[in-house]
Parts: sequence; C-alpha cells; structure tokens
Amino acid sequence: MPDALPKRTITLTVNGKEHSAETEDRYSLADFLRHGLGLTGTHLGCEHGVCGACTVLVDGQAVRGCLMLAVQAEGRQVVTIEGLANEDGTLSPLQAAFMDNHGLQCGFCTPGILTTLTAYLRDHPNAGEPELREALSGNICRCTGYDTIVRAALAAARTIREGAKA
Amino acid sequence: MKPAPFTYHRAETLAEAAEMAATLDNARLLSGGQSLMAMMNLRYVAVDHLIDLNPVAEIAGIAIDGGRVTLGAMTRQRAVLEDAALAACCPILREALGFVGHVQTRNRGTVGGSLAHLDPAAELPGLAALLEAEITLTGKDGARTLAMADFPQGYMTPDINPGEILTSLAFDLWPDGHGWDFREFAQRHGDFAMAGVGSLIALDAGGRIGRAAVVLIGVGDGPLRLRDVEDILTGEAPSDALFAAAAAMAAARPMSGDALVTETYRQHLSGVLVRRSLARACARATEAAHA
Amino acid sequence: MSSTAFVGQRVKRLEDPDLLTGKGQFLDDLKLPGMLEAAFVRSPFAHATFTEIDAAEARSMPGVIAVLTAKDLPPKMTGKRILLQVPHPQITYAVTQEPLATSEVCFVGEAVAVVIAESRHLAEDAAERVIVDWEPLPAASHCDAALKPGAPVTHACMTDNVAGRLSLGFGDVEAAFRNAAHVIEARYEPHRGTGHPMECRGVVAVYDLVSDAFRIWSSTQTPHNTQRAVIDMFGMAEDHVRVITPDVGGGFGPKNQVYPEELVIPAAARLLGRPVKWAEDRREHFLTTTQERDQVWDVSAAVDQDGVLLGVRGTLIHDAGAYLPWGIIMPYISATTLPGPYKLPAYRMAVTVAFTNLVPTTPLRGAGRPQAVFAMERLMDAVAQKLGLDPAEVRRRNFIQASDMPYDMGLTYRDGAPVMYDTGDYPEAQAQALSKAGYDDFPARQKAALAEGRHIGIGIGNYVEGTGLGPFEGATLRILTNGRVAIYTGAAAAGQAHRTTLAQICADELNIDVTDIDVVGGDTGVMPRGAGTYASRITVNAGSSVRIASVELRGKALALAAAKFDVKPEDVELTHGAVRIKGEQGDSVTFEELAKMTSGMPGYALPKGVKPDLEASGYFTPPQATYSNGSHVAEVEVDAETGQVKILKYTVVHDCGTVINPMLVDGQVQGGVAHGIGNALLERMVFDEDANPLTTTFADYLMPTAEIVPNCDIVHMESPTPLNPLGAKGAGEGGTIPAPAAIVAAVENALTPFGVRITDCPITPQRIVELISAAQDTTQEDR
Repeated sequence: MPDALPKRTITLTVNGKEHSAETEDRYSLADFLRHGLGLTGTHLGCEHGVCGACTVLVDGQAVRGCLMLAVQAEGRQVVTIEGLANEDGTLSPLQAAFMDNHGLQCGFCTPGILTTLTAYLRDHPNAGEPELREALSGNICRCTGYDTIVRAALAAARTIREGAKA
Repeated sequence: MKPAPFTYHRAETLAEAAEMAATLDNARLLSGGQSLMAMMNLRYVAVDHLIDLNPVAEIAGIAIDGGRVTLGAMTRQRAVLEDAALAACCPILREALGFVGHVQTRNRGTVGGSLAHLDPAAELPGLAALLEAEITLTGKDGARTLAMADFPQGYMTPDINPGEILTSLAFDLWPDGHGWDFREFAQRHGDFAMAGVGSLIALDAGGRIGRAAVVLIGVGDGPLRLRDVEDILTGEAPSDALFAAAAAMAAARPMSGDALVTETYRQHLSGVLVRRSLARACARATEAAHA
Repeated sequence: MSSTAFVGQRVKRLEDPDLLTGKGQFLDDLKLPGMLEAAFVRSPFAHATFTEIDAAEARSMPGVIAVLTAKDLPPKMTGKRILLQVPHPQITYAVTQEPLATSEVCFVGEAVAVVIAESRHLAEDAAERVIVDWEPLPAASHCDAALKPGAPVTHACMTDNVAGRLSLGFGDVEAAFRNAAHVIEARYEPHRGTGHPMECRGVVAVYDLVSDAFRIWSSTQTPHNTQRAVIDMFGMAEDHVRVITPDVGGGFGPKNQVYPEELVIPAAARLLGRPVKWAEDRREHFLTTTQERDQVWDVSAAVDQDGVLLGVRGTLIHDAGAYLPWGIIMPYISATTLPGPYKLPAYRMAVTVAFTNLVPTTPLRGAGRPQAVFAMERLMDAVAQKLGLDPAEVRRRNFIQASDMPYDMGLTYRDGAPVMYDTGDYPEAQAQALSKAGYDDFPARQKAALAEGRHIGIGIGNYVEGTGLGPFEGATLRILTNGRVAIYTGAAAAGQAHRTTLAQICADELNIDVTDIDVVGGDTGVMPRGAGTYASRITVNAGSSVRIASVELRGKALALAAAKFDVKPEDVELTHGAVRIKGEQGDSVTFEELAKMTSGMPGYALPKGVKPDLEASGYFTPPQATYSNGSHVAEVEVDAETGQVKILKYTVVHDCGTVINPMLVDGQVQGGVAHGIGNALLERMVFDEDANPLTTTFADYLMPTAEIVPNCDIVHMESPTPLNPLGAKGAGEGGTIPAPAAIVAAVENALTPFGVRITDCPITPQRIVELISAAQDTTQEDR
C-alpha cells in the first residue's frame, strides 16, 4: 500500500499559545484545530460555508474555519471558543450572558456564534438588536430561534460597555 | 466533504505567483476561498495545485486618484465596504457590498476572487459592469487590460488565459451628487440573489437624466447592462411613468429559469426591482441637487 | 416535605459551562487509539439495480484498510434488514433498509459499500474510485403520482407503491354531509422538509474480542433503539452491546431512527479489530437522514348555517419514502390530530401510505401534526370565508369547552388507548392569544396599512397534541459515597437540558441543590431499559419517574437516619444534604455518611433491620397520552410585488401543564416556532421527476436565520394533568405544530384584495406572485 499523502509542519498561535503540528495541505483550519491540535470546541456543521458553526477568529477577524486551509494560518493568531474565557478561567461577559439568558440548547452552533459575536461586539460596542440580527445572519441555530441569543448579546454588550467605563 | 488532494503553493510576490501560474499544471489560484473552497469541499472542483495569493500584498489596496478608483484584486470585500473615502465618492459600493454574503464571508472574500469566479448572482461583477470597469490581468510575460463588458465569455467563464492572474479593477467615478441604488431579492439576507439591480443616475442642470447606467444580476450567465433602458431614460425627467416603462423593458428580456426559480418570476422581479431602483437613484440625485 | 425551590423556576442549565467553553464531547470529537474513519459509497440513482462492485483501485489507495460491500459483511448479516421498530398489521410490505444494499437501491444516497481508511479524507478519495455497474430503473418521485396506475414502482418486487392503508372514523359522516348547510372542499399539500440539526449523525464502534462485546457511540436520540437493532442484526445478548450517546447537537426526530451506518460501522470494527468512526457530512445528511411532511389531503367539511361542524371526511396520501423504519405511524398521527380542539360529530379519513424513491420519512418535530393542523385550520378559515364570518368566531363556535374535559373525541391513539383529551381550556387559549396579539384592532390596522399600499395580514393556528407517550422512561436514583446524588435514566438529551430539568425535580424532593446532582442518561450500559427521546415524552415520563424515585429515596434516607438515631422517621427531616432530628441542633448525619453506611464499607454498621439500599427506581407508565394545546397568532406583511413575507409579530399561548423550568419551555417554544416558520416560508426538499434531490446544500435549502425569526410573545397557561405526578405535559413540538397554518393564514389574509387562496406550504415569494397573477387573470376573465 502506498504511503499516505505528504504532510508539512505549520506553526501558529492558538488562544495565545504557540503550536507546531503536522498537517496535510488540504486540511481545513477547522480540521486542523479539531484533529491536529485536539481543540474540538470548533464544530463542523456543513463544510460549505453557510452554517457558521466553524467560525473562528484569525488575526481578530471572524472567518469560516471550513473554508480556510490550515496551511494558510501559518504564523497567524487564532482564537477559538476554548480561548474566550477570562485568564482566571471565569466566563467572559458574553459566555456568562449566554448562560444567564439561555442562549444555547444543544450547544453545537454556539462556538461559531460566540466567536462571531466576540469580534462583532468588539467592533460595534453599541450594536442594537437589528444590527445584531444581521451580524448573526451567517450563523444558523436550529434549536433556539435566536431570541435568547440576541438577548444575551445585548446583555453582554451592556456589561462590556459598563466595564470599559469603569 | 473533504477536498481531493492537492499541493499548496504560497506565493509571496506577484512575480512568484505568475511563475507558478505559468508552470503548474491543473492549478487554480486561491484568493478569499469563500467560493472555491466550498466547491472543492463538495468535490465539484479538483485540482493538483492551489496557488495562494493571500500573501501577495502588492495586489491589495484601494487607490482613489484624479477621479479614478483602482482596487487591487486581493482587497478584502470588508475593506471596500468600510472604506470611508470610497463611501463618499462611490456610495453604491457600500450599499452593494452589504449584500455580499455575511460578515465572515466578507472578512476573507476579495474583489478579484469574486470577479474571477463570475457567479451570475455576484454583486461585484455587476458593479464592475455598471461602472464600466477595466480589468487588469497579469502573467509571467506581462499584463493586459480589458473592459468588463468583454470579460465574461459564458457561464462562470471569464476571459482569463492560463497563467494569468486578475490583479486589479479600475473605474472612473461618477460626478459628485450622482444618484445610486443597489438592491437585490432573496428570501434571506446574504443569499444568492434571484435578481438584483444596480442603478447610477446623473441629472443635468435642468433636472433631467443626463446619464444612466442600469445593470441586472442573477438573471443570466453574467451581469446584464440594460442599454435599451438607459437609452429611454437619457434626456427624460424622472417620473413614475418613466420608471414603469423602464421596468417593462427590463422584464421583457429573456432570463434564466430552473426548477427552483422560473424565468417568468425572474422577469417579474427584475421589472419590480428596476422600477424601485430607478426611483430611489433618481430621488437621491434630486436630493443631492437640492442640498 | 418537598420544597418548590427549583420546580417552576428559571434554573440555569447545568449543561452550559462545558458547552460554552468548548468542552462538549460530540460524536466527531471522540478519538480512540487506533481509530479508523469511514466513508460510504452511495447510489447516485433514485432507483437502480447492480451486480458488481469493483473496489480494486479503491483498496490500493493510500491509507485504505478495507472496502466492504454487503458480501464482505459477516454471514449473520446476510439477507437481513434493519429491525422494524414499529410494526403494524396494515403495512403491506414492511421493508426496512439492508445494512448495505445487496442488489437494489431505492433512493439517491443509499449505501452499497464502505471504505475504511486512516482518515476521512483518504476514505473519501477511495470511495470516489469504487465502480458499481448501475442499471438505472424508473423512479417514483411524488406520493400522489406514485399511486396512479402505471407509476414506476419504488421496489422492484412490488406491483404498486402502496405501503399501507388505514381508515379511521366515527359517527355518521354520510348524514352529516346530507344535512349540511354548506360543504367546503379543498386539497392541501404540505411539502417535504428536513430536521437538519446543526450536528449531523455519526457512529463510533469498538469491538472487544475478549468479552465479545460492542461499545458503540451514536449521535442518536435513543440508544436503546440502536441497541435493539444491533442485537437483532448480530444475534448478541443485550449485555454485550452497549450504546452510549455523547453530547448530541440536536435531534428533532430523525436521530431517533436506526440507520444502516449504525450496523455497518460496528461490523467493520469487529472485522478489522480496530475502532471505526463515521461522521456524517451535511451532503450525506441531505441524502440519507430521514425527512417528513409530504402529504396530500383531499378533505371536505360539512357545516350548518352557523358554521358549526357536522362532519369532516377525506383522503390522505402520505409519502413514506423508500423504506419504513418507523412503520406507518406518522400518517396515523396526522389523521388522529386533524379534529384538533373542535367538537366533531362525525369523521372519516382514509389514509394511503405511498412508497416513493425518496429518502424515507419518519417523525420530525410535530410528527405529522403540522400537516393535519394545516389542513384543519385552513378548512376553518375556508368556512369563515364562505359564511362571511371572522375566523376566530368560527373557531369559537366549534371549540371543545373546558367543562367538557375529559373529552373522548372518538378515535384511538397510537398507544391503543382512546384519544381522551385530559385537561385544557381551548377557548381561553385562543382568547388570550387574540388579546395579546391585538386581534380586535387588526382590521383597523390593516385598513390603514392598505391606504399606504402595504399588505398586512393576521392568521390563527390552534392545536391539540398528544404528548408524554408511554410505555415508560425510567430513572434510578442513588446517593453516592461522596454525598452527591446520581440519577440514571434512559433518556438521551439533544439540547433539551434533561440534566437540569430532572435535577430540579429531584432537588425539590431531597432538599438539595441542583448542582449536587449528576444526571447520566442515554447509555444502555447504565440504564438497560429505555424507550427514547421523541414525541415530547421525557419530562412527563422520565420526570415522573424521577419524582417517584425521589420520593422513595427520601423515605429511605429518613428511615435509615431514624434507625441510626433510634427515633421514628417522623422525627427526622432533610436539610441540605443531611438528615437531622427535628428541632434539635447537632444530631445529624450527612448523605455521604448514609451512603457509606450502606455501601458495605467496614466500620460502618447498618442499623438493625435496615436493608442496605440507598437507591430507588421509578418506572412511570402513563395510562394514556396527555394532551398539550396552544393557540398561535401570526401577523405578517407581504410585498405583493415581490412576494416577500415578513413576520411582524408572533404570539403564542402555550399550555403544557405544570411547567418545570419556564426558561427551558420558552426556549422550546421559540425554537419550535422558528422551525415552523421554516416550514411555512422557506424549507422545501425539492426532487426532480427522476427523484433526484435538487436542494442538497444550505444554499438551496433555506433555514430560518436570526433576521427572519421574530421574538415570540409567549403566554403560558397551565392546565395540569391528573395523569402523572408532575401534572406536566410535553413541550418540545408545540411551537412548530400550528405555525405553518397560522403564517399561511396570515399571508392569505394580507392578500385579501387579490382573492388568493393558499393550500400548500411552504409558500414562497415566487408562488405568491404566481397566485396573485392567476387571481388577477381570473378577475380579468370575469369582466
């Protein structure tokens, strides 16, 4: 039986920590995070760029982990759901707001929604409901019907704004 | 849904990319990946080599100089959407880019990638046609420029020769105070449009339409400039009757149809959208004139 | 004495901390040493035969360990089909899928071979290289056409496409129609949709040679279904097959079925002596995970001059798809649901279940009820239209009254018991919904909007839903030697937060905190008996079992402590994880100590006469279904030029009896409505005439997004049921069931100026424009 396909080693920073690991050229960033680095928090829901469950932050921008190659993330800063909590392990304002407001049910789409909102609220701290719904239009949730997600996002935005003033 | 195997090549400069494009067999260029990677994951497309253009900084950027805008091919869609200077001198771009997928799509998607992909429902090719842009293609042996009107050769088939890379898009600005409107119809925001319209209107000193450009997207193989509509608009004062006539003309065009969206509906939609688009573009132009 | 510190409260979910930090363990997150991955070779044809599968090239590819066809599976599996879980005497051909097709495939996507390789990527590469000598056959692509003479047969061995026939009814239907002042006739056609949980299916299997035992993880709603099927297929004893559910990313019905992959992957694991994983991708999900909703109703309603129902009769054609994994229950549910909350003196429905060469259909959130409610509510609106009455008034004239409860509506339910609506106040539910929705002011609002050129409309959807289906869902509770309380239950969760709900019920009985309780569900090794998470049954069944077991466990803890203190059980009380003598400080014993006493540890003597079991089990068996009900009001705006529909306001009155956790029930309702909006406006699985699926990605099949789904105004009514200790009813599907009816009614109402009638769903912008255009042509012709 012939050898499996060639691999190359890539180095990137994930959630603040540098990682070097092997990957095939064709592995998506999501595949690599999940199976190469064992960070299974990022999920694959469709692999054609619509559902948003695989959304991660690359150099601060929300991107589809299924449409970016792992090799393209060489040298980049990646943030996943595993990296959103505070340094002391407590939940971020957004994560806490999700818990307080029942912003998740099965939790499968949640990683993509949290990363999307983390970036969006950072850039739009005063976002209101219509803007948030538009920002979420690239993430599909089958369980919640979205209202608790929006409520959580609004609550988190308030907390973040108040924290920034303090 | 994993892609078939390929070898990844990272181009750091345009020259490197051109060399790779010229010498690698069964290769494709990777820009934003928002269309190509989805097709590769679905195995609709399989290649032996992928040439990554993302590190090639020299073909990214927005330049506005003497009434002419040049967009580097690797300029992110988000950058175009958020550029304040562009929004001031060419406001239709911001309006149209808002329809391009979602936040995540626009963070990676590029101007050149969308143009080279040439999806019939894509906004950027529509804008390029509306603005009569010139497209620059660069290969190992040099560059050539062609008009957007000559760029689409058929369904998702641009005039790009093997070894050529789309490197920039350039167009002349419409005068200050022009009216604009971009709208499209889909059941959900960010979906592929069933039909979409872009309109640009410049009024003369007497309040009549001095110049008009109207483009339809999503209705055929590529963007459709409605020259006949533009002809009946030019020289006329904006009015509901005029818009209705323009709409009827647009709706009479043959359009694509399939099991999911019929030609009849597309034609009907096009008529409605053209009418509404012209009304708003003219209203904006009129407003600017009185400002 | 139990408290109500938790039941009825918006208790935060125990599930959340892990899920919010990426610590969930979903099927594709599982990694076992030496694990291989699988990709299936699937039919590109809706109907075909084959004789040869050439896997030579595939077997030689990098990283490929094996390519298995039906011939390569163990002899025990040869000629066997998957266990039919819900047999019924009216089924004509009780056909389920083979693990791998042997010679005939009956829908696009049916699997004929599996590639096992070092990675999914490599497995897919090889799967593309497998060559099958397909001989395509004609295919039946729609249930209605499939029943016409000369239609292509779904299964080559059959001469027609009839999967079964059912007839239900009561009363003198002929007389009803003879005496009617008005008869309304219509054809209604709800269309196929899908579940599409965000997580697709998946299976991991490990075979241990030494103990001759399987350990199987499956992203399933019911591990016991899978276990039953595996035992049946492999001829193994139940204690040699353990099926475990990991975290499951949504189910909605289709994950309750047993699929071929759940049998093939264990077989592969045993053959190869290594763990094997198969993680379904979204395209496979579109092709192979069960779907629902295609039906054709030809119905008539007979009413008197006041619009009071005298009788309803008709025929129902139900699309079963190519196989019957869940028998023919769904159309049965549809037919028994049709009468709804209305008094119906006479009823007859003749049901024909049709095979088609499409993905099999099985219960999907609502399970045949959305279609029945669509038909009935559209009929009521048609009655209103014909008589020039307000649709709300027609319904008022027909409601079963609260004073009529319990109400025998004349039919038999799927569990064999009569359909007896236990409790509920249907007129009040509608009244509250109308009030909250501002229904009485609506005509004025509509008129004002029309003056501005805007078309707004309002629509009502009422439903009654049988929930809490038996036979049982048990729970075993134990106080552990670390003082924590464990609840073991068969129920598997897919987002409904059973861990939290069940903990709430137990916490109140044992006077402890929900965080002191660990719920372990969905594991046949831990709980050998279970029926499953479907049909909105877990809170009723598992919840009641937990209540019963908690009460018993409380008694045992009190008796044990009393014996230790040498007092009577009435003299001791529970206090936050300990038992103490009432009124005295000091003399108490913790749960931890009690557990150690009964665990057999040396040094802990059992009091005289006390048995060492600090454990209790409950197997609540409901005497019959318990009936939830609700009333929805939808307000929409329609752009009559483009056909675009926007939902302006959505009001829900929801009665699921006693509410254990209002936060969770709100979540189920809102999420259910979102799915219903999909069925009303967006979601349609489209197949061409050759039964090829045309909508196979999320770009073509449109799911509701945050911009489409409004915040629902939810009003809770609580009509507790006497049928279980909690007084609770099911809540998982009520959000979806009447939504298509209410929304389509609202769209039709908005288009009143055009005289459009809508009889199918989803209703798309294109269809709306076509209907308006056709209505205008008709008007032109009349001139």
